[in-house]
Amino acid sequence: MDEKLQALSDVGAHIAARFTDDVESHELANGELTVVVGAQAIQKVAQFVRDEANSLFKICVDVCGVDYPEREKRFEVVYNLLSLKHNLRLRLKVRTDEDTPVPSVSSIWPTANWFEREVWDMYGVFFSDHPDLRRMLTDYGFDGHPLRKDFPLTGYVEIRYDDVQRRIVYEPVKLTQDFRNFDFLSPWDGMTPTLPGDEKADQQAAEGEGK
Amino acid sequence: MADSVTKISDPTIKPLTLNFGPQHPAAHGVLRMVMEMDGEVVERLDPHIGLLHRGTEKLIENKTYMQAVPYFDRLDYVAPMCQEHAFVLAAEKLGGIKVPERGQYIRVLFAEISRVLNHLLNVPAYAMDIGAMTPMFWAFEEREKLMEFHEAVCGARLHANYYRVGGVHQDMPAGLADQILAWAEDFPKAIDDMETLLTENRIFKQRSVDIGIISPEEAMAWGCTGPVLRASGVPWDLRKSQPYDVYDRMDFDIPVGKNGDCYSRFLVRVEEMRQSLRIIKQCIAEMPEGPVMTEDARVAPPRRADMKQSMEALISHFKLYTEGYHIPAGETYTAVEAPKGEFGVFLVSDGTNKPYRCKIRAPGFAHLQSMDHFCKGHMLADSVAILGAFDVVFGEIDR
Repeated sequence: MDEKLQALSDVGAHIAARFTDDVESHELANGELTVVVGAQAIQKVAQFVRDEANSLFKICVDVCGVDYPEREKRFEVVYNLLSLKHNLRLRLKVRTDEDTPVPSVSSIWPTANWFEREVWDMYGVFFSDHPDLRRMLTDYGFDGHPLRKDFPLTGYVEIRYDDVQRRIVYEPVKLTQDFRNFDFLSPWDGMTPTLPGDEKADQQAAEGEGK
Repeated sequence: MADSVTKISDPTIKPLTLNFGPQHPAAHGVLRMVMEMDGEVVERLDPHIGLLHRGTEKLIENKTYMQAVPYFDRLDYVAPMCQEHAFVLAAEKLGGIKVPERGQYIRVLFAEISRVLNHLLNVPAYAMDIGAMTPMFWAFEEREKLMEFHEAVCGARLHANYYRVGGVHQDMPAGLADQILAWAEDFPKAIDDMETLLTENRIFKQRSVDIGIISPEEAMAWGCTGPVLRASGVPWDLRKSQPYDVYDRMDFDIPVGKNGDCYSRFLVRVEEMRQSLRIIKQCIAEMPEGPVMTEDARVAPPRRADMKQSMEALISHFKLYTEGYHIPAGETYTAVEAPKGEFGVFLVSDGTNKPYRCKIRAPGFAHLQSMDHFCKGHMLADSVAILGAFDVVFGEIDR
C-alpha cells in the first residue's frame, strides 16, 4: 500500500474512532476514501475533518445527491472534500429519505450553500439550518425535482411564446415520438450468465441446487 | 473596502434594487443578478442562475458512456477538451482501462491548447469589461488558429468530441505537430502585444488593482480553485499535485499571485498561457509513436480494415456503437485542472452501459456563488470587473 492510500486509510480510521456511534462505514475503493455518516452527525463530522490537524479538509469541492429509489432511505448526499495541506480527498456520505432533513454544512463551508440549494432543487432533499434554501437551476415556479429517477427525462411542461397573449405560456409536453429506451441487457460481454428465458439453463441450475 | 464608503444612515432612503442582466454584455452569458444598491455601492447581490439549464446530468444518465462525451463539450464551450478529459479519466478509473502513451500525450497537448483557448477569451473579455477594446480582436485572431488545430484532429472547431474512454478518437494528421510547433514559436509575440496594451496600462490598473481582494483563507472557504485560488497566493494546481496522464513528466511552473485582486488573476492567466506553451512544446518533442487508443476490445472499436474481413469485428463494432460498453460498478470523483479551476466528475456506475449518476462539478459555480461576498461594498462597476476576473461561463454553471 503506498503512502497516500496509507494516509487515507489512517484518516478513515481516525474519523471512525472519533465518532464510533455516528460513522456507519468507511472504505477505500479505487484509491478514494468514502465515509458514511449518520445524518444527525454530519455537522460534527464536517467540523472535525475541516479543523483536525491530520485531515484539514478546508475545501468543500462539491455536494451532490444520488437517488436510489429501491432503498428505504432513497437519497444519498455526497460531500467531496479536498485537503490542500495533505493533498487528500475525502468523500462523506449521508443517507436520507424524502421527509428527513439533513443538517446544512453551509456554516462550516460557505461554498456548500449553493451546492445544497442545488441538491434541494434536483432531488428534494431538505436541509435544516440552511440560510437560504431556494431553487437553484430550475425555472421560477418549477414543480418537481428533476434528477429523481422517477422524474421523466422529457419533463411535464414545455414553454412557447404565445403571439396572441404576448407572453410565454406553459403547456403539457407534446412529443411526436416517445423517448426510445432500448433494453441492452444482452448476452454479450457475459452480462448475465444465462439468457432470459433460457429454460434449459434454468433447469440445470435448479438441478444443481437440488444436489 | 466597506469601511471606506460612507453609509446612508437616513432610514427613509430605501436601497435601490437593480436588475443586472440576463441580457447584458458584461454578464458573460445569461446571468441575472439582483443587486441592492446603496447609491453606487453594492449592498447585496443575488445571482439568479439556471437560465441555460439543459439537464445535462439527467441526459447523461440516459445515454451510453460514449454518447455522454459530447455533452462535456457543451459545458464550458470555451475550452471543450478539458471537460472531456475529466469524464474519460473517471470512466477509465472505474473500468481499469490503460491508455497508450501517445494517446496520453495527445490528450495533454490538446488540454493545454484548450487552456490557451480559454485564457485567450477570458483575458481580453475581462479587459473589454473594463474598457479595453483592442485585445479582443487580437486574441480572436489567435483563437482562430487554435480552432484550426481542433478542426484538424476532430473535424469540429468547437464541439470536439475527440477524447474517448481509452484514448482519443484518431491520431493527429501528418504535419499537424509541425504546425502547432510553428504556432507555439510565434505565439509569445501575440501575448507580448496584448500585454503592452494592458499590463502597465494606467486605466486598466485603476480598474483592476485592489479590486475584489480574496485572501487565501476566503478563497478556500468559498471553494475557489484554479487561477482564482492561485492569484490569492496558494500554490495549488492539480497538474502538479495530483497529476493525470503524462503531466508528471512535464516541466512547467505554476504562476502564483501576490495580492489576490483582479489584477493578480489577470497576471496569473497571462503567465499560464506562457507555461502552457512550454508543455505544448514538450509534448510534441517527447511524443512517442504508437497507437492512440487502447487495444482493449471492451471499449475500443475494431479497425475499419478488420471490419471488411472479419464478421466478429463487424458485430463488435455494431455492438459498441449501439449498446456501448459496460463500466464495472463503483464510484469515483475525478478532477482535472481545467482552465477555470477544478473541474470534477462524480461518476457512479451500476455496471450497465449508462452512468447511474454523473455529477458535474464546475469551477464557475463556486466562483459565482462567492460574488455576493466579494462584491459587498464595491461599486457597481467593480462588480463587473470581479465577475470578469472570475471567468464564468454559463454552459458549465447551469449545466
